[in-house]
Amino acid sequence: MIFQTLMMAMRELRRNKMRSFLTMLGIIIGVSAVIALVNIGKAASESVRDQIGKLGQNLLIVSPGAGRRSSSYTPASPFTMADVEAIRSEVRRAKYVAPTAQTSQDLVVGNKNSRSTIIGGTNDYLLTRDYTLASGRKMTDGEVKAGRAVCVIGETVRQNLFGSGDPLGAQMRVGKVSCQVIGLLTAKGQSGMGQDQDDIVIMPLRTVQRRLIGTTDINTIFITAESSASTAVAEQQITDLLRQRRHIAKGADDDFSVRDMQEIAQAVSASTSTMTTLLGAIAAVSLLVGGIGIMNIMLVNVTERTREIGIRLAIGALASDVMLQFLVEAVVLSTLGGLIGMAVGVGTSFAVTHSMGMPFIVEPGTLFLAFGFSAAVGVLFGYLPAHKAARLNPIEALRHE
Amino acid sequence: MTEPAREAVVELRGISKIYGSGDAEVRALDGVDMRIDSGEFIAIMGASGSGKSTTMNIVGCLDAPTSGEYLFRGVDVAGLGADERAMLRRHYIGFVFQGFNLLSRTSALENVELPLVYRRVPAKERRERGLAALESVGLGSRYTHHPSELSGGQQQRVAIARALVSDPSLLLADEPTGNLDSATKVDIMELLVRLNEDRGITVAMVTHEPDMAAYVQRVVMFRDGKVLGEGRPEEILTSGPVSRPPRSVGARP
Repeated sequence: MIFQTLMMAMRELRRNKMRSFLTMLGIIIGVSAVIALVNIGKAASESVRDQIGKLGQNLLIVSPGAGRRSSSYTPASPFTMADVEAIRSEVRRAKYVAPTAQTSQDLVVGNKNSRSTIIGGTNDYLLTRDYTLASGRKMTDGEVKAGRAVCVIGETVRQNLFGSGDPLGAQMRVGKVSCQVIGLLTAKGQSGMGQDQDDIVIMPLRTVQRRLIGTTDINTIFITAESSASTAVAEQQITDLLRQRRHIAKGADDDFSVRDMQEIAQAVSASTSTMTTLLGAIAAVSLLVGGIGIMNIMLVNVTERTREIGIRLAIGALASDVMLQFLVEAVVLSTLGGLIGMAVGVGTSFAVTHSMGMPFIVEPGTLFLAFGFSAAVGVLFGYLPAHKAARLNPIEALRHE
Repeated sequence: MTEPAREAVVELRGISKIYGSGDAEVRALDGVDMRIDSGEFIAIMGASGSGKSTTMNIVGCLDAPTSGEYLFRGVDVAGLGADERAMLRRHYIGFVFQGFNLLSRTSALENVELPLVYRRVPAKERRERGLAALESVGLGSRYTHHPSELSGGQQQRVAIARALVSDPSLLLADEPTGNLDSATKVDIMELLVRLNEDRGITVAMVTHEPDMAAYVQRVVMFRDGKVLGEGRPEEILTSGPVSRPPRSVGARP
């Protein structure tokens, strides 16, 4: 009987193809919007987390200045090597501590030149930032200590300056210093903030301090915590230590910042998922509007087909048979709309994530939810018209013109 | 009038139907007694507003009487609810209407099969019985046609086939010839007579046309919600012209 009713409903909907399609359109738009928004949102938050993760695992970035928290600009003194040694010896949760001095310099090789970020650091910098070598070697401890003119370059630098040639062993001018290329980093791609992480030259800290900047300042300290669970503890310990070392009075603001990249990743993805939920909820409202469209058309349907209902009742249909017939029609409309909407939504999220280079994620849960929701909309908004049809008096219905 | 030996399909005892209440009260039926025997072909006649349609609706279990007793095949059905009446219609009663009342854009066969759908008859058997019913009204070859492709007489034949397909105990025809031209009226009446005589189907027909009433075995006359009288057509139809004598009325005196 259900099958029979289903066939009857399908035929009825085919009869008014245009009307059925327009009625379904509300549900199609609603379902596809929910699915596309949720999936794209998930993909966006996934890719942000992914990119921030690429900066380095369990990474803490310590830099002078109050960071983003303070609105007033307070010039803050840079760190010293003594600060770094203090962190190394007192912060137990710090696995690697990489002091860096950064500058921007012109690079020249033969007749080619470009400008890049120069990181003066130690081999720990490679570890904290998850850089690996594609070829060549790291700096030796001797080179680091002595401040030799050697450098490890990123993939972008190699492309810009060496083209197809082999950079290893070649001489490169960095500012006024000529240095030898000893290693090539594996390409990392763009960071979450859109920076090219491969446009970089790494040299011994001392070389950069003495020969490029002319100070012994340390701009930024990169620290890897022991585990993701210990980043918060490490952050607290570093903050306490540096406040003490920099003589910051109780209650005064920090004149440095410790940024937990994992925390930032979580905050970003949390705000993305809040947006996703919000947008999904707005899209769900359009599903509701679609449901009202179905109810409207079904009410028109019942009025138009009053005589048919009368005939069916006269030849032995129970009120419940008529009810079922109209309810099934409404549910077929809404679930068919739901299925088409699912296809459109998945297609849209694929197109968008693909074109934006984000991972394509389809949550089966979202699909089931959207399908169930559209079926529920059919039942909910089909009930009133179906009830109206079932309650018709057969005699009056038969007389209806 | 009736022969006690025959079994009554329908027996109305003191049936009243009152619409509205107080000053607006309308007595559509007022103490109607009527009986339809198995295998009989009767006509219910009367002016409009005489109560013949209300009677038809009550006999057909489309409506419930306000008071009185209605025995359908010996069982009192006067107090039944809508669903119970629907079940009675489903299993025992076939309807033919003045306006044919076929489902448009649905083939003749599907129209005929519809009562069987509600009786949960399997598809294959439905088709067989539907085709047989169409055959019996002379439309065996036109089962794929839609109502709009059929003439009025053919549509009414489809409607009759639909009423017959579930082998009802009672065929109710409400002005079955009302929308047809005179030649087709004769066709339809002859079909109903043939079904009544050959297959023993009990037929009750509402009509206001004396010509049509002349085909039946017994006429029940209504006026103002009451039975005015009943008898053989030639006895009752004195006021109007009787163009054709009733055909072989059988063993009736």
